[in-house]
Amino acid sequence: MNPILEAKNLSMNFGGLKALDRVDIDVLPGQITALIGPNGAGKTTFFNCITGIYSPTGGDIFITPSGGGRKKITGINIHKVTENGVARTFQNIRIFPDMTVLENVMIGRHCRTEAGVLGAILRDKGTMTEEKAIVARSYEILKKIGITEHVNLLARNLPYGAQRRLEIARALATDPFLLLLDEPAAGMNPQETRDLEALIISIRDEWEISVFLIEHDMRLVMGLSDSVYVMDYGEMLARGTPQEIRQNPEVIKAYLGEDVSA
Amino acid sequence: MSTLNYTKYMEGMKQAVVVSLWFMFLTFPIMVIRVNTIENIIEWRWMNMLYIGAGSFILSFVWRKMSGRGISARKESIGAQGGRKFYLQRLVSEKRLSLPALGIVAVIALFFPFVSSIYQTNIMTTALMYVVLGLGLNIVVGQAGLLNLGYVAFYAAGAYTYALLYHHFGVGFWLALPLGALAATVLGVLLALPVLRLQGDYLAIVTLGFGEITRLVLENWNEFSYGPSGISGIPRPGLFGMEMDMHEATVYLYFLMILLCIITIFVVNRLQDSRIGRALLALREDEIACQAMGINKTMVKLTAFALGSTWAGLVGVIFAAKTTFVNPASFTFLESAMILSIVVLGGTGSIIGIIIGALLLILLPEYLRAFGDYRMLLFGIIMVIMMIFRPQGIVTGVRKTYEFHTEEK
Repeated sequence: MNPILEAKNLSMNFGGLKALDRVDIDVLPGQITALIGPNGAGKTTFFNCITGIYSPTGGDIFITPSGGGRKKITGINIHKVTENGVARTFQNIRIFPDMTVLENVMIGRHCRTEAGVLGAILRDKGTMTEEKAIVARSYEILKKIGITEHVNLLARNLPYGAQRRLEIARALATDPFLLLLDEPAAGMNPQETRDLEALIISIRDEWEISVFLIEHDMRLVMGLSDSVYVMDYGEMLARGTPQEIRQNPEVIKAYLGEDVSA
Repeated sequence: MSTLNYTKYMEGMKQAVVVSLWFMFLTFPIMVIRVNTIENIIEWRWMNMLYIGAGSFILSFVWRKMSGRGISARKESIGAQGGRKFYLQRLVSEKRLSLPALGIVAVIALFFPFVSSIYQTNIMTTALMYVVLGLGLNIVVGQAGLLNLGYVAFYAAGAYTYALLYHHFGVGFWLALPLGALAATVLGVLLALPVLRLQGDYLAIVTLGFGEITRLVLENWNEFSYGPSGISGIPRPGLFGMEMDMHEATVYLYFLMILLCIITIFVVNRLQDSRIGRALLALREDEIACQAMGINKTMVKLTAFALGSTWAGLVGVIFAAKTTFVNPASFTFLESAMILSIVVLGGTGSIIGIIIGALLLILLPEYLRAFGDYRMLLFGIIMVIMMIFRPQGIVTGVRKTYEFHTEEK
């Protein structure tokens, strides 16, 4: 199986600080891959390098969409990454608060549609068909995500858990083949976390979108992931199945400190 | 409960006393001491100190009471889109009320020039020009969230396009109209290119500078723009070569402006609920998230500037035709500030709000001429009060709602 996302020797320096130090990661299609590590390990930096928010100081990133060939996406623009089929959510929720829930998802359709200024003014047939398709598809996504009651509510007024789900819905609207989730369960209660777990599994199985997530909730990560990467101080510490990671002495050391292994 | 109110009351009193003491101290040198240069003595005007003290005490006390109420009102209105609505808001959002209101406005607009004097028609035409300017700036500031303090430069571009084209080539109004709009659009894109990376305050400062530079260039480049004396003798718009006297020309220009207003409202309204309009909003809400949704930030910013400045160009041409004379003094920073005030006062992102804002801000000063020098002071006070009690503007923009027929539920 060819990986759909490869990071080769990826490095990111901020001044003298090595936030990422020659990191290699492969994400396989049809899998849920997790990236874990203590705070400040460089996980979000890694996501930011992949999605073009940072331009990495060294190394390369490749993607291989299911239908297409291998493509280098190192340092390209943020919107180009999304156009190429890698969508993401953010650690701190970044929905568009003063737009309605439905509009938030409709924004996700932007890069898959093309109506311009002239179309907007003239409202010709093509534009209107496209607009209707955007609304229909966005609503369909919201329905699958489970937010149907509040489609016309301003997104800021949604409850916290729903805002996180909305962010996922918005990312799904861009038709990705790979979805990056940055701490999707942060701040959720146990019930919301269980719902989220089911949602992520359905994204993999029903939507057939590979998922790559950063998460601190170990129970969620171990129960969900097909493969796990562990990062510490900007370096890749270990990779393997959840079982292997759980028994890896280096991982235990990184998480719990020196004394435990003694 | 009553003791709580009492302590709150005393707290307000105490603060008001402190404020009044401060004011008495600060204004002491200018309000109390007076050097009489004729008789070479110093006069001590202690009564003035007393007035200042009492005045600032009362104002501070009332202010505290009112702003306390204002803050609680704002908390309520945060959950807008549903819930308690401002009465104007209801007028806009409920079809049952908005259609008759629209009819009344249309009738008034139609008969206005025939029942009022040339002077009043002229003022109304000016107000309508600011409606279009406000709606244009709203695309940049209200929708895309890019604070542009140099909007007047695009207005000037339109006006000077017509003036210069007429002066050198004898180009008429109707040909100059699209050319002026084009010139402003090009200028808008040219400005947008260097400021693509800037946000917030920095963007505001650069655009402010841009506006001033444009004015200074027009003022000093004599060979190009004829300097401070400007260009005069620009013809009014024609109508199939008909001869019009002063009154007819004024009325004609008024209806021309009404037409342009309708076109602007139509276009801006359609843009708002389109793919492009949503992209502008997303850019305002969160630049990083907007890009992460696959929106090309550069393109959206350029589009916003281009769309916004086009309207300024159009109005600029009409301005030149209306006054038959352009010079740089008409395009000072104050104009930009005025248009921005219209957008902020009316409600960023709301079409109706901006129309009301433009009419208020342009018509009120005209009818408040009796206040003379205090006009700008009043203007400032109104703006401050608005920012405290209704920072979202007179009418807030309401997002489009969609109906769905859920079969399963």
